[in-house]
Order: sequence, then structure tokens, then C-alpha cells
Amino acid sequence: MTGLNINNLHVNVNDKFILKGVDLSVKQGEVHALMGPNGSGKSTLAYSIMGHPNYEVTEGEILFNGTDLLELSPDERSRLGIFLAFQYPVAIPGVTLANFLRTALNSRRRANNSEDKGIPIPEFRKILKEKMDLLEVDHSFAGRYLNDGFSGGEKKRAEILQMATLEPQIAVLDETDSGLDIDALRTVAEGVNALRGPDLGVLLITHYQRILDYIQPDHVHILYNGLIVESGGPELALQLEEQGYDWIREKFQEVAA
Amino acid sequence: MTTKKVNRSRVVKRKQSRAAKPSGEFSFTRDMIPNFSNGSAEPEFLTQYRIRAWDAFQKINLPDTTQEPWRRTDIRKLETDLFSLAGEGSSETPEVPKELLLPLEGDKDAGQGILTPQGVKVYLDSEISDQGVIFTSLVTAAQKHPEILAKVLGKLVPVGDDKFAAMVGALAATGILVYVPKGVKLEKPLHSVLWGPGVGRAHISHILVWVEDQASLTFVHETASPTENGQTLHAGIVEMHVGQGANLQFIEWQSWGENVWNFTHKRARVERDANLDWVVAATGSHLTKNFSEIDLVGEGATGRMAGLYFTDGVQHLDHDTQQNHLAPNTTSDLIFKGALEDRSRSVWQGMIYVAPDAQKTDGYQSNPNLVLSKKARADSIPGLEILADDVRCTHGATVGKIDPNEVFYMQSRGIHLEDAERIIVEGFFDPIVQRIPYVSLRDRIQKAIVDKLD
Repeated sequence: MTGLNINNLHVNVNDKFILKGVDLSVKQGEVHALMGPNGSGKSTLAYSIMGHPNYEVTEGEILFNGTDLLELSPDERSRLGIFLAFQYPVAIPGVTLANFLRTALNSRRRANNSEDKGIPIPEFRKILKEKMDLLEVDHSFAGRYLNDGFSGGEKKRAEILQMATLEPQIAVLDETDSGLDIDALRTVAEGVNALRGPDLGVLLITHYQRILDYIQPDHVHILYNGLIVESGGPELALQLEEQGYDWIREKFQEVAA
Repeated sequence: MTTKKVNRSRVVKRKQSRAAKPSGEFSFTRDMIPNFSNGSAEPEFLTQYRIRAWDAFQKINLPDTTQEPWRRTDIRKLETDLFSLAGEGSSETPEVPKELLLPLEGDKDAGQGILTPQGVKVYLDSEISDQGVIFTSLVTAAQKHPEILAKVLGKLVPVGDDKFAAMVGALAATGILVYVPKGVKLEKPLHSVLWGPGVGRAHISHILVWVEDQASLTFVHETASPTENGQTLHAGIVEMHVGQGANLQFIEWQSWGENVWNFTHKRARVERDANLDWVVAATGSHLTKNFSEIDLVGEGATGRMAGLYFTDGVQHLDHDTQQNHLAPNTTSDLIFKGALEDRSRSVWQGMIYVAPDAQKTDGYQSNPNLVLSKKARADSIPGLEILADDVRCTHGATVGKIDPNEVFYMQSRGIHLEDAERIIVEGFFDPIVQRIPYVSLRDRIQKAIVDKLD
């Protein structure tokens, strides 16, 4: 079994049932869009995949290349190849983006070999510079304190830069489009497209269709009230754009009840 | 000279109470007052200063918690009668660790002073001494530069401030005088290290800095010792004068052994259009009570102070800071950041004072604290005393814990939980550490921070 496999996932947050049996598979090389109205459980799914301690899995499983992720801490999941681009990236004052990423890369190396001395700084600089050029990010970005005083667009670009540097197999992008104007959205989408390839599987979580004008998904799923209620191709997203979420609400009212 | 009327009477000071019961006596005697005469006569002002200080030392009781500045710092466990003056029979003491003597930049410090119980060794590059710069021990200063010594000695920190200020005034045998003549801009830093080992020893130091008009200086002063089993005492005074249009960066790091009881008074006077940039790092000592004051006495004067303290074990660090705006258009900017581990405790008490005629003052103070353990405690007491009406003064004080969202964010990048805490603490202090221009010193301070987290 390869890629990310989510089976019958039930998740509680503060004693509220949010996810009620989600099934979803994302393979490397595929881009899946997960859409749904506010409150449907999209971010809960993202956090549960990454292992946020406030999200309690009561039933079901999350497997990654056959490994049970639920047994692993968030950092272990990351080191296996899972990445989460946050909807609200956290500021780490006093820690430059470059130092942060170097520490993250070194954590991977040390997990493989406790004697590892860490990535040589010139080698790291070269990698980071390549990634910044690929994503057309200004080099001064690397020397700024991570997300501290960043604009909304800068935060999202910093997330994509981290993703590019850490080279995950599966990336979950949690509403990466939210709060961005059209130029920032395009920049971020171009970044994701630049990283797209046979080694990367993407779960793109979004409320709006518009980011899908720039990132063409292979599959589209609709999450409603804690369940995936529709799955299809890109046409499903277009249907949502034309009709909104009301037809989903009407069609699956009984599920909600 | 205007030195003596630094509007001191108008500055609201926490009053000393002289009525308290003595809670312990030091075994120092009058004959221990040092003499720097070296055959010839000692300058009269110096002798008079010491006698005045000795009289104050005799009269003033040990401070106790009934006095406002000492309310949160109890020193009843200080074994006052244990201490003998360092210097007497101090031939066998641990050597100064090599890393303390590493040059701040390049192969060699332009000027380095090493203060040990055996005496003071000073080196000064001839290129610098040729410009009239003085960097020398107190003894040499008294013999060769009495007129300069007289300008600053005892002019900023009154010996009557408390028992420890008086002790330093009367008994300081070790110290440094730094003098930069008018218009001389030193690009290379001067560096002094006070090394104070020895259980039962009292290290008493007096540091004096005089930067003439339009001159410029960076001065790094470190105080350190090994952690030993039993009490060691340090009492110190630092007095600094920044002349008109001059620049002084003063960087201090105290990394005393965790058996040291450390009592210090530091005060700077900043003249018209002059700049003081003061960086403080405090990681050592068992207990510290430190008073730092900036007097902005000339129009357009600026005083910045950036401090960090990191306590662990049962350390108790108490920093009192005072920003005195005594002239119009003066600017002060203070940030003190603290982190606490284990059962340690910190106190920061800050005051911005604005004199009635100090209009257009811009004053700022903040004290964020990061409490890393349930048993640790940080007290943060900002204060404003504003007697002018056209001013801008702001302050902030916070005491918080590590944000779990930050930890989760880092873990989501593969960073181990224990590393996440370290990175957060390092990042918390980084803006302060980066104020130090010298990589080798930054690295040593960062290492001290990381060592406390292990």
C-alpha cells in the first residue's frame, strides 16, 4: 500500500465529533482537492494527519506507505515524508527562516544517524538558494525571523519554500489560498506547480474553487459534515463554483441529521 | 564641572531606611582600605573618597526586605562574616579559563584587561595608546592619571546608596579606568575580564569609563568564576560618562559561578547628542541584586539598554533599571528579556523618570519573560514617573510560557520536541544577543543559554 491512506477516520475535538468516518487515498504524483463549506472538518483532517495533540482519533486509521501514523509523533510523521502547510503559519520570533530549515533538515539526518554532524552550511546555502530561485523568492527572505511580521502572502510563500526544501512525499495544503489577493494566490500556486511531479502527492484543502484555476487537480472531493460525500474529477469543482454548496446541503441533509 | 548636580535630588529614588536592625556584619576593618600610593603620596581626593565611603559603610545596615528595592530579594542567608578580601594570600586560585580570554575579533584584542585576585594585567595596542587612550588598572590610574580619575570616581554612584555601594567605594582594590580623548573614535573594542574564584573571598571591583566629547568606544566587560561549594561575594560599581556627541557601547556579561552573591551598582551619564548602547547578559551567580541607571542629562541624548537573563536551579536574579530623562528631547529604549528554568526566580523592576523640563521625551521599557518550569517565578514591575506634559512613554511587561502552537509547528517540520524548546528560547533571546557585534562572544553566550536547557 503506497501513499497516504485514510480509512474510516473519526476525530473528536474538545469532545465534539468532527470527522465521522473519512476515507481518502492520496498517492505520490497525484493532486487531490478537498473542498467543503466552513465547519465541515477540513482543517481537522489536516491537523489529524499531522498529529496535533488536540485532535483525538477515536476510530479508524491513517497509513502512510503502510506505516500507522497514529502511533507516531508529529515530528516523526514529518521525517517520514508528510508535510502540512498551515492555514495560519506560526511566527517563531528570533529564529531565521534559514536557521529553522537547517534545523529541520538536520533533525532528519540525525534521526537516520545519531552521529551526524549536520548538513554543511555551504551545502545548505546552495540548496536553499536553489529552492528560492525555483519559487522566485527573494533571497533576503532566508535571513528574516520566521513568519514574524510577514504579510499573509509572505507567510504562505514561506510555507511553500519549506515544503520545497523538506521534499515531502505527501503535502497537505490547508487553505493555502485563504486571505490572499489574486497576485499572491497566483505566486503561491505557481510555487506548488513548480514542485509538482511524480514524487509528490498533494492534498489541497480549499473553500473556494479559484485556486483550482491555477492548480489543476486530478481528483476532487467534497467534505461535508465530517464525511466525504462526493468524489470526482475537476468537473466537480466547477459545479461547486457554479452552484455553491447549497445543493450539497440539500442532498445530504439526512446525513447531517 | 556639572558632575555633581546631575539633578539627583529631583530623581525619585526608593528611600533607604536606616532604622532596620543589622542582620549581619562583615568582618572588614578600616585598615583594609587599599592604598595605591606605591611609595609616593596617594591623590588626596581618592583617600577622602574612601574615607567617606568607609564611614557610610559603617553607618548603613545591610539591606532587608522592608526596603522597597530589596522587597523581593532576601539576603539573610549571606554569610557576611565569612568573607575576606580577595588579594590577600590569593596565590593559589584556578586560572582564568582560556575561552574567557579569547579575543573578541581577529587574533588579539586591541586592549585586554584581566582582573584576578593576583592583580590586574592590562594590554593596550600601542596604536591606540598613541591616540591618548587610557586603559589601565585603578592603581596605575591613581598614580599616573589622577586628574582623569577624579572626574569620574564616585561622581555617578553615591557611596551612600546602600551597604554594597559603600563597600565598593571604601574597599575596591581591583578595577579599570577607560578614557577616550576628545574626538577619538576607537573602532576596535576594549575588553576586560574580572575572574573571581574562591569560597569565602570578597571580590570588590570599580570600573570607570570616560568617553570625551565626539569620541567613540565599545567596551566589553565580563565577570566570571567557577561554581564552587560555599559562598563567594562580588560587589561592584560601574560609572560611565558619555560626553557631548560621543558614542559608547557597553557590553557586559556576568557568568559568575552559581555560588556567588553579586551586588552591583552601574550608572551612566549621557550628555548632549550623545549615544549610549548598553547590552547586558546575566546567566550566572547564586543571587544578584543589580542597579542600572541611565541619566540623559543633555538635550538630544539617547540611551538604549538591551538585557537578557536566564536563570536555572535555585538562582535568583534581581535587576533594577532606571531611565532618567533630565533634559528635553531625550530618548530611552530599554528591553530586558528573561527566561527561567527549575525553581529559579527573577525580578525586574524598571522606572522611567521624566523631569519637569524634559519635554519631547521618548521613553520605552519592556520586560518579556518566558517561564519554562512550573516552579519558576518571574516578577516584572514596570514604572513611570512623568513630571513633564509633552512626552511619549510606553512600557510593557509579560510573563508567559512556551506557546504549544509554536512547538507543534516546529514538530510538523520534523524538529524533535526537545529541540523545539531550545530553538524557541534561543530565538527569544536572539534579538538581544544580536546587539553584540562580536561572533565569539555571541557564541559563548548562546552556548551558556543552551547549556542551561540541557
